[in-house]
Amino acid sequence: MDTTVNWSSDEIMTVTAARALTGDMACFVGIGLPSTAANLARRTHAPGLWMIYESGTLGAKPDTLPLSIGDGVLAETADSVVPVPEIFNYWLQPGRIDVGFLGAAQIDRHANINTTVIGDYDDPKVRLPGAGGAPEIAASCRQVMVIVRQSRRAFVESVDFVTSVGYGGGAGDRERLGLRGGGPSRVITDLGVLEPDPRTRELTLVSVHPGVEVDDVRAATGWELAVSPDLAVTPAPSDEELAALRKLTGR
Amino acid sequence: MIVPLDEGIRELVRDGDTVALEGFTHLIPVSAGHEIIRQGRRDLTLVRMTPDVVYDQLIGAGCARKLVFSWGGNPGVGSLHRFRDAIQNGWPVPLEIEEHSHAGMANRYVAGASGVPFAVLRGYTGTDLIGQTANIKTVTCPFSGEELTAVPAVNPDVTIVHAQRADRAGNVQMWGITGVQKEAVLAARRSLVTVEEVVDELDPVPGQVILPSRVVTAVAEVPGGARPSYAHGYYSRDNGAYQAWDLISRDREAFENWLETDVFGGRPADAAREGGRH
Repeated sequence: MDTTVNWSSDEIMTVTAARALTGDMACFVGIGLPSTAANLARRTHAPGLWMIYESGTLGAKPDTLPLSIGDGVLAETADSVVPVPEIFNYWLQPGRIDVGFLGAAQIDRHANINTTVIGDYDDPKVRLPGAGGAPEIAASCRQVMVIVRQSRRAFVESVDFVTSVGYGGGAGDRERLGLRGGGPSRVITDLGVLEPDPRTRELTLVSVHPGVEVDDVRAATGWELAVSPDLAVTPAPSDEELAALRKLTGR
Repeated sequence: MIVPLDEGIRELVRDGDTVALEGFTHLIPVSAGHEIIRQGRRDLTLVRMTPDVVYDQLIGAGCARKLVFSWGGNPGVGSLHRFRDAIQNGWPVPLEIEEHSHAGMANRYVAGASGVPFAVLRGYTGTDLIGQTANIKTVTCPFSGEELTAVPAVNPDVTIVHAQRADRAGNVQMWGITGVQKEAVLAARRSLVTVEEVVDELDPVPGQVILPSRVVTAVAEVPGGARPSYAHGYYSRDNGAYQAWDLISRDREAFENWLETDVFGGRPADAAREGGRH
């Protein structure tokens, strides 16, 4: 199978993430991989996807991949452009968004996300950009999807800083905290797909991409990885998906 | 009302002030930021949801004592290296930070604009931001008893924004992505709006005067004043400049050379001397 592969690990990650967006979902999109995946979904199987960028564009339909969250093409093609406080107060907070799509610098076994700092907050090894819209996206969207390349640096036993809450310390924590959104439903990586165990809320490997072994995923995970008894192999990207993705990214 | 940029900055921005330059990717008041550097302002508390390249420049030039923000990066490119150097190494001066989420910052401006002491939101719960930031607390709803988050109003001494057009009376038209600019101006004690052009009469588009003149202290005509960000209807974002900034800002010497040539060089000598940088 490996010999016939004509796509990269980033490509199957992006295609797999795009497939997770369906129908006419309202999707809160972050720049980078989430934006690439959402734009791909809208061009392939989900033309009705309602993309929201935190700069204030509701229902953006860019014909090129936006290079920043406030790209002019988003405003020109949006159904509506609203001020930033409205995005958070009127659209996100009341639960009008179906899916939030986030990246991460670090993620732990309960899908808590760090985008703030590596190391000690007051004496950081690496200062990252910070929270942006992520904490409230993670708190309020009906579900959250995370797209991140899998490595021991990113998949850590314990995040250095909880910027955005996944399932806290495990089952019941979101409810205790009063978070209204459903939490992370899926973590999509360049190696496979992880989903929270329905009982423990621990991220569990449910699918590996073609050519990837479970041990490869274990080696790229900083905790003892749970593996689903029904482990699947991710369907390979179709020619149509690859063509649309490459047209989008200019590859 | 209509003033040259250097005069506007001289009159409105003072050492030690809390200053907000807002613009959400679009309409970032970059030229005004460079004038603040030229005039050598010090000990500023810089407020901005998305400190990007112009704040990296202000921080690297030593203008800031403190940064209040929710996301600091070079959009679409990566990290802010001057910002990192200030936090990690205290260069050129130590930088204190107060860190929020976008929802928290947006609501701080809304409270400031609304004339109330704090804003309520359903946010931050369960995050480590609460423990790091004294300006995030919980509040109990007096009606339902539910616990929510409170953030204090932010009322900058001066807010600076960029817009497409103003008339001679100082009414400001702005369109496209308007970010948090209106709230930031309404929350401020003083405000400066730089515009692409000052016109005798604005094309009447109902609803497009986002800032009526009575909330604007001064307007300066600065064509291209948002570059390398963009001004919808005037020019596009210069993505190459954002990428180029990554290289310039990684290295202290390259940054100082950039300051000399691009900010202090080729400008009126008196503006450079005014700041007493040398």
